Amino acid sequence: MTPRTVVVGTGPAGVRAAQALVQAGVRPIVVDEARRDGGQIYRRQPEGFLRSHATLYGSEAAKAQALHGDFDALRGQIDHRSETLAWNVTSGQLHTVHTPSGCTQTLDFDALIVCAGATDRLMPVAGWNHAGCYSLGAAQIALKAQACAIGSRVVFMGSGPLLYLVAAQYLKAGAQVEAVLDTSPALPGWAALRGLLRRPRLLLRGAALVAGLRRAGVAVLNGVLPLRIDGTAAGGVSGVVVRDARGAERRFAADAVALGWHLRAETQLADLARCEFEFEPLSRQWLPRIDDCGRVSTPGVYLAGDGARILGADGAESAGRLAALAALHDLGHARGRALFAAEQDGLKRRLATMDGFREGLARAFPWPHAHAAGLPDDAVVCRCEAITAGELRRSVLELGSQELNRAKAFSRVGMGRCQGRYCGHAAAEVVAASARIPVERIGRLRGQAPVKPLLMNTQEVGDGGCDD
Amino acid sequence: MGAAMTEALRSDVLIVGGGLMGATTALFLRRQHGLDVRLLERELIGRQASGTNFGNVRRQGRALEQIPLANRARAVWGRVNELLGEDLEFVPYGHLRVCYTHQQAARLEQHVREVQPLGLELQMFSAAALRERWGIFSDAVVAGSLSPLDGHANPRLAGPAFARAAQRAGAHIHEHSEVVQVEREGGDFVAHTVDGRRYRAAQLLVTTGAWSAHFAQAFGEPVPLDVRGPQMGVTEPLPYAIGPSIGVSTPIETEGLYFRQIARGNIVFGGGLKGPASCDPVRAEVLPGNTLRQLRELRRFVPAFENVQLIRVWSGIEGYTGDAVPVLGPSARVPGLHYAFGFNGEGFAISPGVGEVMAELLATGRTSTPIEAFSIGRFAGARQDQAITT
Repeated sequence: MTPRTVVVGTGPAGVRAAQALVQAGVRPIVVDEARRDGGQIYRRQPEGFLRSHATLYGSEAAKAQALHGDFDALRGQIDHRSETLAWNVTSGQLHTVHTPSGCTQTLDFDALIVCAGATDRLMPVAGWNHAGCYSLGAAQIALKAQACAIGSRVVFMGSGPLLYLVAAQYLKAGAQVEAVLDTSPALPGWAALRGLLRRPRLLLRGAALVAGLRRAGVAVLNGVLPLRIDGTAAGGVSGVVVRDARGAERRFAADAVALGWHLRAETQLADLARCEFEFEPLSRQWLPRIDDCGRVSTPGVYLAGDGARILGADGAESAGRLAALAALHDLGHARGRALFAAEQDGLKRRLATMDGFREGLARAFPWPHAHAAGLPDDAVVCRCEAITAGELRRSVLELGSQELNRAKAFSRVGMGRCQGRYCGHAAAEVVAASARIPVERIGRLRGQAPVKPLLMNTQEVGDGGCDD
Repeated sequence: MGAAMTEALRSDVLIVGGGLMGATTALFLRRQHGLDVRLLERELIGRQASGTNFGNVRRQGRALEQIPLANRARAVWGRVNELLGEDLEFVPYGHLRVCYTHQQAARLEQHVREVQPLGLELQMFSAAALRERWGIFSDAVVAGSLSPLDGHANPRLAGPAFARAAQRAGAHIHEHSEVVQVEREGGDFVAHTVDGRRYRAAQLLVTTGAWSAHFAQAFGEPVPLDVRGPQMGVTEPLPYAIGPSIGVSTPIETEGLYFRQIARGNIVFGGGLKGPASCDPVRAEVLPGNTLRQLRELRRFVPAFENVQLIRVWSGIEGYTGDAVPVLGPSARVPGLHYAFGFNGEGFAISPGVGEVMAELLATGRTSTPIEAFSIGRFAGARQDQAITT
């Protein structure tokens, strides 16, 4: 019998997973929230936009073009469900909703390959609740999908490769870049360099981005301590204040700020599928435990791409293919087994290189956890529920929370629309520091359905309005 | 010398179970009777049924035998913030029950007449009056009854707040202290916890929710207890507009539904079929099909909900007795042993009443509130000959 396979996501990992399944003679269902394939990094512009691949993707144009072309070639051989949110997963079943119509469906699967990607990892800064604060990813989507900037005078603050990439893209698009403020030190340590040198060309491209920004006269500061984002409720952001590496306070006027501290994996589906998680000390976050093929503790579920480990787009392509072939191998699918046997060693070698680079990045652009722990009491940590660092500390010091989910129950942190995806890491640092417990022992916010907010206009297929 | 060898910790009363019933009993034992009390909780206070329920402070719609207990509880809710020195978000904005059929409306009217002599005043509303007053209901709603002095509170905060107040009043609260065995020793109860400690008291209250059947069985009093979980959900925040807690009254289980709006603006809802749950492993599921059915029923009830987003669902572990009546009061077999469990998903509202009644019983051997209908003795039958444990 043909195995029932479902792929979630059509970024680099999802496309390569779907392609591998098709090559093995399987017709997968491919679910994606977006209207078009490509995921985040290779996001396709809306129909009617005419920018070339070279304009949109720069040095990565060839890879983007290949991925888009290969996905287009799969049409007819896959069951592609775009604008479809996988809102929940239970044993052997993925629960989806077609967001424009509200039509829901339950997809039975033998293998589920989750390629859910990543979001920015955000660190609260006092004042980040003012209008005009965006994540780096959102700032980039504004450019890619809408051909507009988030403001007329933009400050980029955070750390990680995306900080420089998006700032450079804004500069190229003609936006006014006021400053690039990096919380990481200017020179990465030896351990970081060793990892980064696993992919020397990529390292050089990063260095060129920084040099380009400096040549254009953009203030690029390393080793900053974010102090606050100035602004008003009526007017939004008016400036960013940091302490520079020499200890001097610096203010940059701005009407928009893009923030991001590298990336965090989108792990809600893995969590709802009851995958075991493990604490990854380098980036100080909980990640699903995976083997070298993307298998997790829940049989029939596979993870690939940045939703499992932040390896970037090239790594995602390899991981997506490997996870799909591993799934077919595990199901005893003859052609899948043959492909898996032929390709697994090569794919794993590539992934090992990518993983070394991932470690290098994590060391070069560390999560500034002490900053979270030291946030002023009146700084908002959870923007959905407007919960301040002080309220979180009160849930520890007065109400006795010694665990993150307890702090959530008492304070509402992480209970809002994003369910702690954007504040959860910082909240864990605040609660851990306040309780004087190492962050790996403070627990992790449990995932709860729906994966993303679900409009209550749902109707089940067969209800009438949802019949094909 | 290992912990197991140390002397047992003594108290007048030992409470096994740190849900709302145990926490409220501990508080009132200290505050109203001055007894020495220890409470043993297997994990954290108020995590399961006590912390994950809807938060209804509802008297109407209960079995008539529960109304005096519910009235007593309501009196505590009215002064709960002063009692605890903390805000449990209790709001006395009423509880409204509506229905879809005239047959059901007749049942609501009958209930209004039945509870009136018990001290609960309800008001009937026609469909037109409902729409005029709240303006949110669909044409499917034909009538409703309002209990104007009922309301709702925050269950996430309640259990831990009662336990903290009990602790401040001198009770000993031991979290992460799972009881593995209870022995009788010279007329006392001796409870052994997983960490090897022993706790000794002349009186024991078993109030461990869905875990209680296990203890009752060990004392020779088996109770049919089903383990299930409520199917809860919450929407994004909306402008604050709905005061009362609102439910559908229906004999059809899949139509069951209730919701309330909290001060933050979110709509909390639940009702309908329960989800699967178990004590070991500790797990309670929200079935996706149940959530989708609730969304459908919510729109049937209040059409405007179709423009609102659901942001989170949850469940917890609840105990349901075979006859849908709680188990409350002294053991029918073992002197000094008491029970409070099996609240069938509607224990939150009556919890402070249960705490006062149990404290009174433990301290004085009697209570002014009628609770005979809840005696565990009603299940006694074929098992009468079984020996008392150890």
